[in-house]
Amino acid sequence: MKIMQCPLNGPRNISEFVYGGEVRQMPEPNLCSDEEWAEYVFFHDNQIGLVQEWWLHAPSGYWFIAERHTATDDIVRTFDPSELFKERVEFAPNPEVSAA
Amino acid sequence: MPFSLLKYGLRDDYPFEKDADLPKPTDLKRHYDVVIVGGGGHGVATAYYLAKYHGITNVAILEKGYLGGGNTARNTAVIRSNYLTPEGVKFYTESVKLFKGLSNEFDFNIMYSRRGQLTLAHTDSAIRAFRQRAEINRHFGGDTELIDPQQIRELVPTLNMNPGDLPVLAGLWHKDGATARHDAVAWGYAKGATQRGVELHQLTEVTGFEVENNTVRAVKTNRGTVQCGCVVQAVAGHSSLLAAKAGFRMPILTYPLQAMVTQPVKPFLNPLVSSPALHCYVQQTGRGELVFGGGSDPYPLYNTRSTLDLKESLLAHAVELFPFMANLRLMRQWTGLTDMTSDYSPIMGLSPVDNYYLDAGWGTWGFKATPICGWTMAQLVASGGKVPELIEPFAMERFRSFRQVNEMGATAASH
Repeated sequence: MKIMQCPLNGPRNISEFVYGGEVRQMPEPNLCSDEEWAEYVFFHDNQIGLVQEWWLHAPSGYWFIAERHTATDDIVRTFDPSELFKERVEFAPNPEVSAA
Repeated sequence: MPFSLLKYGLRDDYPFEKDADLPKPTDLKRHYDVVIVGGGGHGVATAYYLAKYHGITNVAILEKGYLGGGNTARNTAVIRSNYLTPEGVKFYTESVKLFKGLSNEFDFNIMYSRRGQLTLAHTDSAIRAFRQRAEINRHFGGDTELIDPQQIRELVPTLNMNPGDLPVLAGLWHKDGATARHDAVAWGYAKGATQRGVELHQLTEVTGFEVENNTVRAVKTNRGTVQCGCVVQAVAGHSSLLAAKAGFRMPILTYPLQAMVTQPVKPFLNPLVSSPALHCYVQQTGRGELVFGGGSDPYPLYNTRSTLDLKESLLAHAVELFPFMANLRLMRQWTGLTDMTSDYSPIMGLSPVDNYYLDAGWGTWGFKATPICGWTMAQLVASGGKVPELIEPFAMERFRSFRQVNEMGATAASH
């Protein structure tokens, strides 16, 4: 079976991991247009090459980021999200909820 | 007979060349009214209907590999129309109707064989969903009904009625379920199209487009550039890659789908049997082989490699359904690339580029739609961009206006 290097648990079978989609910038849910939101949720680059993706090690509930080639399936690097996300991401409050 | 064979063996010219199904390759012309990218079932069917019913014959099909060598050769050849949404049922029902007449239409045997498709319900919620599908199917002229375990035993005596401790509670019996020789469908369309003047260019890869004022003026290929009136994209598992060359993104992720076939055995299984809960479907081909398929791989990848873990899980489920299969040997396995949309429906019709038409997002449900795709895409092209009513719901725009056509329940692992 294919082995993936989990930054927390070391090398594990690929069947223990869940794919979580490409790492991309989420628009502000309460400020962006419906069009922008649809673009973010449904549309993908889906190209051949090295991409950064979210992966979950399901047994330990640990999310991390992997650099993987989408044609060769080579996993080049896996690392803790703190390398990319240095601080907590805050989003603007939902005006409808705050008004209520 | 041996002497005539020997005579042919010693001759320089191949004796049957004049009767060959496809004409010899030619150079690309400078201009085509229609350029179809992708020489699989959908592409050649579009060309066929354009030539036969719309009189448009200045058409080139550009295929980077060979005719029908992509997903047309890699599917499991299931034909059915028992979908869930009215939009889906109407569309696939028309496809089944066209399939029935194809051998006559081509004067070429596509080995269409109406077997019926049996989908198994192992839970109460599945029965409810099946009842809904049966009603919607009947309403739109399909032949689908809910049947009980006794009827299932009569249809498929070899089926284990308690596979994996998931008792079979009911079945969705779709009498129009069928199979056909998938390659022959592409060959029949290609023969009919090229006889009417369409050019099929194999080993011709599209490398880019010349786009001016949001209109494609020319298609760049590894064999030179051709001017075009319009472009039809029908490239199955490579839709996002080609769309990027035309300058836009699609709501698609590409996953591998693995399938396999056993050694041939005596005919014992007439219907196509599918169990969504066990992620497995099985059918016996006319040659006696058992074809298995399941769900797509768990993560996206542009690769037709094989994995042992998927084989193991798929075969474990197949053996649960038909325990004696444990004694059979696997003969072949293969992988196709499935362009999955999030609502499990295709993307057909207009694109952000004015004269660039889409036939994409065919995930795991493309083969069964081949004739109706050709039929409706030909209408779309011939009318200069007026979208036929049958494919209006499948516009790519639906993802921006949140009007998805949800076929997940009627698609996942039940093909």
